[in-house]
Amino acid sequence: MTVRNPVRFFVLAGLLVLLLLMVGPLLAVAVNAFKSPAEYAANGPLSIPGSLYLDGIVDFWNRVDFGQKLWNSFVSALTVAVLGVVLSILNAYALGIGRVKGRVWFLVFFLVANLLPQEVLVYPLYYISKEVGLYDSLIAIIIIFTVIQSAFGTYLLTSVYTEFPREMLEAAAIDGAGKWRTLWRVVVPISAPTLAVLFTFFFIWTWNEFFLPLIFLVGNDNQTVPVALGVLQGDKMMDATTTSASALIGIVPAILFFLIFQRTLTRGIAAGAIK
Amino acid sequence: MAGGSTRDRGYAVYLIPGVLASLAVIVVPLVMTVYYSFTKWTGVGDPRWVGFDNYTRLFGDTLFWQSFGNIGLLVIAMAIVPTLIGLVLAAVLFDYVAKHFGDRWAGLFRSGYYLPQVLPVAVTGIVWSWILHPSYGSLNQILDTIGLGSLGRNWLGDEKYALYSVMAVMIWFQLGYPIVMFMSGLSRIDPSLYEAADLDGATWWQRFRRITVYMIRPEFYVVLVTTTIAALKIFGQVFVLTKGGPSNSTLVPSYFAYKNFFEKAQVGYGSAISTVLTVLIVILAFLFLRLQHRSEELR
Repeated sequence: MTVRNPVRFFVLAGLLVLLLLMVGPLLAVAVNAFKSPAEYAANGPLSIPGSLYLDGIVDFWNRVDFGQKLWNSFVSALTVAVLGVVLSILNAYALGIGRVKGRVWFLVFFLVANLLPQEVLVYPLYYISKEVGLYDSLIAIIIIFTVIQSAFGTYLLTSVYTEFPREMLEAAAIDGAGKWRTLWRVVVPISAPTLAVLFTFFFIWTWNEFFLPLIFLVGNDNQTVPVALGVLQGDKMMDATTTSASALIGIVPAILFFLIFQRTLTRGIAAGAIK
Repeated sequence: MAGGSTRDRGYAVYLIPGVLASLAVIVVPLVMTVYYSFTKWTGVGDPRWVGFDNYTRLFGDTLFWQSFGNIGLLVIAMAIVPTLIGLVLAAVLFDYVAKHFGDRWAGLFRSGYYLPQVLPVAVTGIVWSWILHPSYGSLNQILDTIGLGSLGRNWLGDEKYALYSVMAVMIWFQLGYPIVMFMSGLSRIDPSLYEAADLDGATWWQRFRRITVYMIRPEFYVVLVTTTIAALKIFGQVFVLTKGGPSNSTLVPSYFAYKNFFEKAQVGYGSAISTVLTVLIVILAFLFLRLQHRSEELR
């Protein structure tokens, strides 16, 4: 083993340098979010803050009404995750277990729907939502993302349901359970781990979405976290410490979800369940 | 399928909500965009049919070619570079770090490298637009501190460097995804394969090429196709970092379409750009699927 020691040292050192490059920018944001503008000007970006300066974060929070943005993001991500999973279940039940006629074509459709860039849907959706009075409303965003996410969910879940043990369905039928009952009492509980993965992905994807919310949510009261932060870029009021403060309050919820959902995420990525 | 039809009848009703929702949110808007691409329309009044005018104009538009050229470079930054670096790193973490330092270390590095992937795209844009800012950004200030101030640049504001800066940010953003995918693929490999290779005196590089790369080909294709498509669709980072500028040096198709839709009120032209982008993505995806299918048959 001793012969290998220099190799071990260089491999570890290389990996640590790379880790610093990957995590460093986020650490820099965290450090500078707690500095006063004067201290930043005097000591630069790399110094450790002498005192914990919270005004930057508090001022930014109040100015953009960040609590409201968090709530908007949370409500839309949660609703989309729940509705998206339900819609995926219904579709996959018909396609994977029911094997309805033309299922291959439905699957091709959901696959293609998955690939579509949102630019090719955005203008008609914008136009229609104005016509029906849903422009600048979270409801429009919830409906659109429920459908978009469920295209992916349907594709993934159908492949899981195709392999679903037939004996269990037959046993349920013998017990006199109809299709509706079988779905909720047998199929859904057994596929719960996959559904948890879908739920997690839908939640995080919707939370992080930028393009469509940017176009649909123009009112201050309706904006989600990424939109509120994104449109402020280049604003005169955004100096170095305010930018760090705004980035930090955008990073914290995302890391929190990452920690909460870590197990499901790793399992999901392992299952190839990722865009 | 006909044999199962008696047992399976009655499932079609479960498709109704999904089909109706997909019609409203995907099929109808898609058809409308393709229709708009053959019209001249400001978004107000009625669209006027102009045939292929938008497409002829598109193929003669230098901005259009520039936006697709930029996408080519972004495919390198978002798909090819992260996939290659990710492959080596995943192998090092799985086959070297986990063995010599323990699984905990491998897991720690993996999570650290993956971290940028969990952040909202807009937020990563904010982080980097601060770091790369010419006057108060930390990169130039660090260069000053260590006496390399002459290397400082207006990273995002100079058209010579803007696209390369965006590419660097995208490598940072994407790297974690291939690492996680490849490591999960590697965990499938039977350890006795590596032991047999060791007994035969294979070097680390030989094992990497002959076993690692060979075994995770399925993940390799998935990563390459998903990251390439992500590169073709890129919008958020460009919006936050550069807004396509300076002087269109970082223009990408999705931002080009966005500008035509919502800033210039040229809905027909924007629709033509989106349609071309969509066709390109769908063709690429199916080519990849064919390729993957063929490689699996060869096995």
